[in-house]
Order: sequence, then C-alpha cells, then structure tokens
Amino acid sequence: MKTTAPNLTENVISQPSKSAPTGLDLYVRKSFSSFTLDVSFALPAGISILFGASGAGKTTLLDCIAGLTKADCGRVQIGERMVLDSERGINVPVRDRRVGYVFQDLALFPHLTVEGNVAYGIMGVQSEERLQRVARTLDSLGIAALRNRRPAQLSGGERQRVALARALITEPCILLLDEPLAALDLPVRMKIADDLRRSIQSLPIPVLYVTHSRDEVFMLGEKLFVLENGKLIAQGTPHEVLSAPRGETVAQLAGFENVFDAEVMALHQDRGTMTCRVGSARFESAQVELETPLVRADAGSRLRVGISAGDILLATSAPVGLSARNILPGRVLSLFQHDAIVTARVDCGVELSVHLTLGARDSLALAPGRQVWVIVKTHSCHLLSS
Amino acid sequence: MDWQAFWLTIRLALTVTALLVVLGFPLAYWIAFSRWRWKFVIEAIVALPIVLPPTVLGFYVLIVLGRQGSIGRWWQEMTGHTLAFTFSGLVIGSVLYSLPFAVQPFASALASVDPRLLAASDVLGISRFGTFWRVMVPLSISGLVTGIALTFAHTMGEFGVVLMVGGNIPGVTRTLSINIYDQVQNLNYAGANTTALVLVVIAFVLLSLVYSLNRRFWNLGPRT
Repeated sequence: MKTTAPNLTENVISQPSKSAPTGLDLYVRKSFSSFTLDVSFALPAGISILFGASGAGKTTLLDCIAGLTKADCGRVQIGERMVLDSERGINVPVRDRRVGYVFQDLALFPHLTVEGNVAYGIMGVQSEERLQRVARTLDSLGIAALRNRRPAQLSGGERQRVALARALITEPCILLLDEPLAALDLPVRMKIADDLRRSIQSLPIPVLYVTHSRDEVFMLGEKLFVLENGKLIAQGTPHEVLSAPRGETVAQLAGFENVFDAEVMALHQDRGTMTCRVGSARFESAQVELETPLVRADAGSRLRVGISAGDILLATSAPVGLSARNILPGRVLSLFQHDAIVTARVDCGVELSVHLTLGARDSLALAPGRQVWVIVKTHSCHLLSS
Repeated sequence: MDWQAFWLTIRLALTVTALLVVLGFPLAYWIAFSRWRWKFVIEAIVALPIVLPPTVLGFYVLIVLGRQGSIGRWWQEMTGHTLAFTFSGLVIGSVLYSLPFAVQPFASALASVDPRLLAASDVLGISRFGTFWRVMVPLSISGLVTGIALTFAHTMGEFGVVLMVGGNIPGVTRTLSINIYDQVQNLNYAGANTTALVLVVIAFVLLSLVYSLNRRFWNLGPRT
C-alpha cells in the first residue's frame, strides 16, 4: 500500500507540498475500431480543461493516465515519476500511481457513510492521524455535517464534494475530474462549479478537468485543450483557442449557433475576401451567397461557415450606406425568449438564429411573418474546415 | 421423531455449507471475472447437479470413492477405511450435489458489483484483497446469504445422493429424508408426517429469511 512507500525518493516525490516538479507530461496512443486516441501534451500545476464532444476520447485519456486502460504505446510522467513508458517496459499499477480520480458517475461506495467513503483510501494510515485528516478534509469541503449519511441520502452537489474529498485526502500527484458536474441541474451546476474552483485552484498539482460544457470552460479555464476524434486540435487559453477556430468542436465551444456547409465560388485575392455559396441540407433549393474572409482554399472546395447569433443584425427596411457586405432579405419564422435574450429564427434562403434584446424586438415590432433584412459582416463569417 | 437422524442431518448441512463457502467462493469469483475462452465449460459442469438425477451423481461418486476408485484407494491407504458409506463420503457427495446452489448466487452477486467501484478502489491505492473485502463482499452480501441459505436447505433435504453414497447406517449416514423413506416403508405414516413437516418448516423458514433479507438489501437504495 502506498502509505508505506518503499524508498526515500518516492517519499519525497509523494509530498506535493515540497518543491518537487509537479506537472504531467504525456504521450498516449490507443486504437479502437472506430477511432484512435493519439495525444501528446504537458500540463503545469493548476487547472487545465480538456474539452470535447462525447466520444472524442476524453474519458479514455483519463483512464490511460490513471492506468485503468492500457495504452497501446505511450509515456506518462506525473511529477518526476514515470508511471508509463511502453518503450522501457514501465507500467506502474493503478494503485501505485497516486492519481486522484473523480469519475463521471462519482462511483461512491453505496454501503459506506460519507466518512467511510472519504477515509477509504487512507485506511492504512494510523488511526489518530487518519481521523484528523478525515475531519480536516470534510471541514474544508463543507461536508462535515453529512459524515454519517450514505451516498443515497445526499444531493447531487453533496455527492460531488464527497467524491472530491475522497480523492484529495490521499494527497494525489494529479487530480482527474471527468465531467464532475454533468449529473447536476443547470442552476446548481454554476454554484458548484464556483465551489469546485475554489477547492482545487490552489492545489499544487495538475488538475485535468474534462467537460463538454462551454459554460464550465469559461468558469474554470486557465488552460484549454480541445480534443476531437482522439486528436488534440487546439490548445492555449480559452481566448487564444477561440480567436482562431479550426474544427467543429471549437465552433461549438465558440458558440456558433449557425453552422452551414459552404462551397467556395470565387476568390478575391485583391480584396482579401471570397464568395461562398451557403446552404444547409434542408434548403437545397434556396441557397444564398455570402462574402467571407479569404482563406487558403480553391474555388469549388467545400468548407463550413460558422456565424454567432449575436453577430447578426436585423433591419425592417432595406438598409443603405452600410459597410457590411452581406445583406439578405428574409422573413421571421419564430421568436423565442429566454431570460433577457430573444432568439429569432429567420428564413433568408438558409435558416439563421439571431440574438436580439427585448428592446430591439419591441421597437422593431418583430413578429413571425415580418419581412426583415439580415446583415452579417464579412469578418463575422468564420470558416471552419469540414 | 428420530433425533439422531435430525442432528446428523444438521451436522451434514452445516459441514457442507461451510465447505461450500470456502470452496465455492473462490470458484464463483473466478467464474464472475475470468475472461478465459472455455469458461462456459466450467460453468456447465458446476450447473450439472441441477439437472442430473441424484442417483446418477451418487453412482459416480460411489464409484470414485469406492475401493476401486482412485480417491477411495488413496483415502483407504491414508486412513485405513473406505470413504463410501461413511459420513465423510456423504459430505463429499453432498458438496458436489449442492455446488451450483452456492456458486451460482455467489457468482451473480459478485458479477453485479459495479466495476467502476472496483476501479475507484484501485485508484485510491487499495490492494486487490482489500478491494475484495471492503467493496465486493459488502456489496454482494445478499447473494452470499442466499447461496448459504440455499445450500443449507438443499443439503438438509437431499435423498438420492445420500442413499447411493451413504446407504442407511443409523448415526452415520441416516439423514431425515432417508428416515422418512424408512418410516413409509414400515407403514409408519404418522412418524413420516412428523419428520416431513420438520423438513418443510426448516425449508420455509430459510427461504423466508432469504427473501426478507434480499428485500432489505435492495432497499438500501440505488447505486450511486
């Protein structure tokens, strides 16, 4: 058991409070019938977000770090410790890797109380110290009052904190969080995300936080990795990643409510723009042309165009004297209000979602059936590889 | 009421149940988690006593345990007497006969433990053995109790194997079910009725225990 570490070096490294290097350095490759996970990156201490759609390989990657899934080949270094190196035949067993892992379904032990769950990983520690550590951990996460309850008697947020406490008490060298908030309702989620950030942001170890929710990315993110089909397609701060969208996953992350298939019609090298014909599959017959920024592409090639609903203007009469290059006549299909935002669905050959304020809706007297003009700046059309 | 037969039957059932916990549990663990390609063969062998006539099983056990059989000869060299028609022989026959009643509930209970919980235990640094005792056993306890109760009840009432392997020696191999057979042969219907009622009551109490316990365990709530 890890509490009786066999040699001195391991003891030193196992104390994250000492100034030993605390990062994660990893290269992992694992093939499945449907896709191949092939990822290489390094994490500093602190929170990093791993973002990707479901099926992108996020959980598989965490399982490879923890050792629950065996990578085909790879190298995983946690702090100074090499826990996996397929070339040198190193494969440290799961229980000796000192990984804190909060599973997506939390995997609390249903037959144990909160206290029993939290103390589970340090049963080898001498009883007086163990009780102190359990009490301290329960206190710091604000769950001391729940110590005698069983998981079935806890709310989603409480369970989530118990799972975090159970992982942290073992003083892991890295913390893996697999969509820890996915099971919670949205209003609770924001509150818990805030609590969670406070609990983990000061940890001296790398924290890899997996999510497919863009809200969580912006709430927690310092460093962002985007995973798509088993490959890392972007990394950096959330701002850096979003300013240069590349793939579908990033488009989703950037919040493009409107994504269309597009065909490049003409390149205008001199003006730095190009003309694309845009149409979704449902509107084969009625396609429209958009002016977009120039990218390296040939006429006739196929791309995707993403447009944020907040970047589109509506006018109730044909606008004149505007710098915007894309002005399309159309008709309002429906209006839907949530909170202070009105989403208008507009048919202008393709169907677009447009965000408006309540005031704009009222002063323009927008209603389904109303004739409008849709205005989109050239640089609001973001080109994505298809 | 033949109290000698009663206590002999209880002693046999307890011994067989204890042995099947010790032997059946590792076997059930292996069946629940092995990925061996030919595992189904072992599963079929374990389940055989459910469908075989007890006399068939008893016949082969008798052959193997008898003076001509390899185990019987070895036992005779070690101890100086044969296994057939002894209490020990009865225990061996009964262990085989009741094997599926222990192993199947054990195995299905172990297999139903959420593998994510085992992974969680592993990640938390707990050894395989620790995980077994602290997660697997508590979470499959209802299956364990079921297996133990079924084994006990089944051994209490067995007839064919006992008759083939043990014969009918008072105080050595004459169990309650054999006792009933004797009483009916002697037209002692009142005596047979008393003995049969005792067996019915014991079986009913044990099964009630199993079902009530299982309901209580299920009430502990869904897995989280």
